[in-house]
Amino acid sequence: MHCMREASVYTEVDMMYKKRDVAIISAAATKCGEQWDKGLKDLAWEAGVKAVEEAGISGKDIEYLVVGNMSGGMFVGQEHIGALVADFLGLNPIPSLRVEGACASGGIAFFQGYMAVASGLYDIVAVGGVEKMTDVEQEHATTALSGAMDFEWEAYFGATFPGIYALMARRYMYEYGLKKETLAKVAVKNHYHGSMNSLAHFMNRISLEEALSAPMVAEPLGKYDCCPISDGAALVILAPLEIARKYTDTPIIVKSSVMASDTLSLLKRRDICTLDATVNAAEKAFRLAHIERSQVNLIEVHDCFTIAEVLAIEDLGFAKKGEGWKVCDEGQTYVGGNLPVNTDGGLKASGHPVGATGVKQIVEIVKQLRGEVERGRQVNNAEIGLAHNVGGSGATAVVTILARR
Amino acid sequence: MSHIAPPAHWRRAKERYRLLGSKCENCGSTFFPPTKVCPKCRRKGRIVQTEFSGKGKIYSYTIIHSAPKMFEKYTPYILALVELEEGPKVMSQIVDCKPEEVKIGMAVEVCFRKLFEQDGEGIISYGFKFRPADNSWKSLQ
Amino acid sequence: MSVGIVGYGAYIPKYRIRVEDIARVWGHDAGSIKSGLGVLEKSVPSLDEDTATLAVEAARNALKRAKDVKPSEIGAVYVGSESHPYAVKPTAATVAEALGIVPDTTAADLEFACKAATAGIQACMGLVKGGYIKYGMSIGADTAQSAPGDALEYTASAGAAAYIIGSENLVAEIEGTFSYTQDVPDFWRREGAPYPRHGGRFTGEPAYFEHVVKASKGLMERLGTNVSDYNYVVFHMPNGKFPLRAAKILGFTIEQVRIGLVVEKIGNTYSGSSLLGLAAVLDVAKSGERILLTSYGSGAGSDSFSIIVRDLIEERRNLAPSVKYYVERKEYIDYALYARSKCLYRG
Repeated sequence: MHCMREASVYTEVDMMYKKRDVAIISAAATKCGEQWDKGLKDLAWEAGVKAVEEAGISGKDIEYLVVGNMSGGMFVGQEHIGALVADFLGLNPIPSLRVEGACASGGIAFFQGYMAVASGLYDIVAVGGVEKMTDVEQEHATTALSGAMDFEWEAYFGATFPGIYALMARRYMYEYGLKKETLAKVAVKNHYHGSMNSLAHFMNRISLEEALSAPMVAEPLGKYDCCPISDGAALVILAPLEIARKYTDTPIIVKSSVMASDTLSLLKRRDICTLDATVNAAEKAFRLAHIERSQVNLIEVHDCFTIAEVLAIEDLGFAKKGEGWKVCDEGQTYVGGNLPVNTDGGLKASGHPVGATGVKQIVEIVKQLRGEVERGRQVNNAEIGLAHNVGGSGATAVVTILARR
Repeated sequence: MSHIAPPAHWRRAKERYRLLGSKCENCGSTFFPPTKVCPKCRRKGRIVQTEFSGKGKIYSYTIIHSAPKMFEKYTPYILALVELEEGPKVMSQIVDCKPEEVKIGMAVEVCFRKLFEQDGEGIISYGFKFRPADNSWKSLQ
Repeated sequence: MSVGIVGYGAYIPKYRIRVEDIARVWGHDAGSIKSGLGVLEKSVPSLDEDTATLAVEAARNALKRAKDVKPSEIGAVYVGSESHPYAVKPTAATVAEALGIVPDTTAADLEFACKAATAGIQACMGLVKGGYIKYGMSIGADTAQSAPGDALEYTASAGAAAYIIGSENLVAEIEGTFSYTQDVPDFWRREGAPYPRHGGRFTGEPAYFEHVVKASKGLMERLGTNVSDYNYVVFHMPNGKFPLRAAKILGFTIEQVRIGLVVEKIGNTYSGSSLLGLAAVLDVAKSGERILLTSYGSGAGSDSFSIIVRDLIEERRNLAPSVKYYVERKEYIDYALYARSKCLYRG
């Protein structure tokens, strides 16, 4: 497995901030989709209230708020999201920070909140993610999303987000023999999982034929290879593990949360079929968590496009480079398979409210580990889960490992 | 990109018109997009501007069917990662080529085209694109 | 000091539409149009091509042939066109920037219907001969407009030719030039109008023939040459018939006209027309051969040049693609695709 830096470089520094173990004491998400009747504040409020009620705490207990949001400015003409969400959740005057890392904004928010508790600076920290994407014409939403790639040398030359991932997909097909059918299988699986998730953007199942015959977006990626534009929010509340049981009988332990960066543009990548940020974040996350890949019961990966799910399985270390597609092709990624992937439907079916996605993934893992999701998509006796959130075409990756014990 | 004011277009125009990148005189590495620091030599590096030959090969490609407004009228168009003969890769459109003809490894050469127009009254952005390399003219003289 | 051509370059877009495909849309008789105009098909620019991009491609080819010339040594860049992409903002500056000729140079866009670029060559000759610049470049480029269904639609096409003028390392010497200009309303386009208008048959006798013939005669009288002194003659080519008739009036044979008559398969490239014809001749001419070039621009005027080919042509012509290559490099599109590209590329 390729790693950009020596492993030993990190360990000491990373452990310095970690004074204590961190747990998630509550987790909630809104439904994703085109939520015409809800604005950004309404969505944040809904997720926040659900989480606070679940934890049985008062807003007054929360000491610090971190909100992931990619582009309030371009999606709803609203910046200053940190204070805004704190205001709407009735949390003023606590410090409230909005973080941005394109589609990894939510994952980064979690990473920040985790650091705040792990370091001992705060006890009760709320980590939210929110994105309202359907208040602008789709074309403007596309433009806002394209801000996650290099403007001057990619977007300026006609690159689109599906286009960037299509370039990865085409090269991957060339290098490793992946077929379009396998990508379609990823979409079919994610729609199948999503069909059982009442919060999913799409709850319809699709057939392989439908996926394969869908209109092209950026060849070889068609409509069903691409995640939708969704509205949604999610919020989790963190506490030191030592006091977590005051709030819940089923605290979920944060074994590690790691972020890594890479070049924004695809041009400068070592290999466009590998997201080095994912490789680096995963390698470190497993090391800090003292957990082996084989112990993981389910993973939530950033499948903004079907090819991204294939790459994630490899880059997270669950398959060798060039063989991730086989895991998908063989159906091992279904609930009940060897490696259940995206049990909520993934970004493809459950939706991708960009700034909220990273937190929404955490919510799914928490619910799975607590055994609280709908029958049919519940992974039996899930003990350990992993969430993987990516910004842009891989310039940011956040990997978080959660465990029941 | 209609909100982008003229300086942002102008700042990179030379590099887009002439396929200019940078080169480290210390180690000989070439870079695109142009860099200010050689990642290998760091402080020992000496970065100068360099003009690429414009010859390269397609490293990967896609056919864009759904594009932002600025590029909508050109759809479907071929977007490719082109590996220049000097080594760096550029992202660019492939023109004078049918979507069904493009393939990985195909030799291409630089040409000069419109990248997009803001609207009927706005700025026209020009820059490099690539077309299939054609040396048949050498035998046609 | 002799002055002449140091390098030349051609460019023609890849796409073509046949006369039949246009005639079918408008219910015209393709056969009579083809025989009447002497044009079978015409070049069509891609959606992302305009006069500036065509000019750059031709200019890059010219620089390849003028291999001793550094871009920084070119002291003047003129682009002659009647389809400059901007009403105000020079195509010439874009071309100069794209070729690395900037910043120590003068540049300007010229407009005189289809003959502005030959006026640009004259300007370069003057600047070179006056010692103001070492080399100058003049480019004729157009993506010609025509109203749908108008007779012009069968010929108005796209192409470019670029010439580097200097006094050293000449591939051909320009031994003399003569111009003939009068105010004649044969063809025009008002500011803001999308398509040009024209005077039908009035574009012939008092316009094209009057100027082409008088300019050519005037030049030959000045130089003391006559039609038999020329191996090749090139006229502006609004169609395939006008240049042949002008040649006949002046006493040239078909053989003298044939090589430079490049209109049949690409149409009228407007500002590029006569200069592409000259490039086609330079692609094959031998050292010592003499060429008469007479452009024509509606409105109206002609610039006539007498050119003698030098030895250097042999090694230089193979450094860039020939006109023949560009004429034969083609892909046909139908009227629907043509309409899409014409309507949209004009924005």
